[in-house]
Amino acid sequence: MYGHEPSSSETALLAALRGGDEDAFGALVDAYGAVMHRVALTFVRSSAVADEVVQEAWLGALRGLDRFEGRSSLRTWLLRIVANIARTHAVREARAVPFSSLELARDAAEHEPALPTDRFQGPDEQHPSRWVSFPTPWSAQPDSALLSAETRTLIADTIAGLPDGQRIVISLRDVEGWDSAEVCSVLELSETNQRVLLHRARSKVRAALERYLTTESP
Amino acid sequence: MNDEFSCQEMIEVVTNYLDDALPADERQRYERHLSYCAGCSTYLDQMRETIRQTSMVPRDESLPPALREKIVAQFRSWRRG
Repeated sequence: MYGHEPSSSETALLAALRGGDEDAFGALVDAYGAVMHRVALTFVRSSAVADEVVQEAWLGALRGLDRFEGRSSLRTWLLRIVANIARTHAVREARAVPFSSLELARDAAEHEPALPTDRFQGPDEQHPSRWVSFPTPWSAQPDSALLSAETRTLIADTIAGLPDGQRIVISLRDVEGWDSAEVCSVLELSETNQRVLLHRARSKVRAALERYLTTESP
Repeated sequence: MNDEFSCQEMIEVVTNYLDDALPADERQRYERHLSYCAGCSTYLDQMRETIRQTSMVPRDESLPPALREKIVAQFRSWRRG
């Protein structure tokens, strides 16, 4: 994990929280509550369970306040608490534990290439492993297709249908816009595993966009 | 095996490329292939567009007020010890 020095504003905030300052706590909830709620929702899917997870996370944070050592930012610390609690609840929803070695192994075993192999020339053709035909540039699409709410819905639905690990990683990297280091730190996942999951997820979202843009266009 | 990426390999290393996680020699091979392959250049553009589009998926920007109130109530009882 990367090093972190607590900023003076964080140090002051921690002192205020430990002293029971409700305004300071309210400001913290306003700063990180929404993103914690979204993180919970990427794990558990039901908004009632996500609400419970977020409440539990804040309680856990308050109880652990004296143990917060500032080795990560307060934000990362809070996000890691919510991710750990959400993971526990996801298990109770009777699914595989996200990011367990079991889940990663299953995901690897079910691995599909980013594109079907028939998009590339076979070993006996003139140029093995080259494109059969190039993908059609999306710049040829009318702008409206790429700007429409329908496109966003398609992406959201595609992400919702991904296996747990892939769904959570693409939600944090590409919907939330976190960098790789923060995602790895919050999910306690190696850079390599994180990138593998992101790659599979992004490849599927790209493929869904390609199908949509090439079949729906006039 | 020659030491150039095939198109089929290119699409599997694109995420590492975009994350700047390719070793220097592979990065050079990736960029060399791009310089002569319109199909792989299009694919890279589409991955960038996919990322841009995904970043525009709407998100809830605030906590439901009732949930916020419950969290603050927890704080008050924690404070009382």
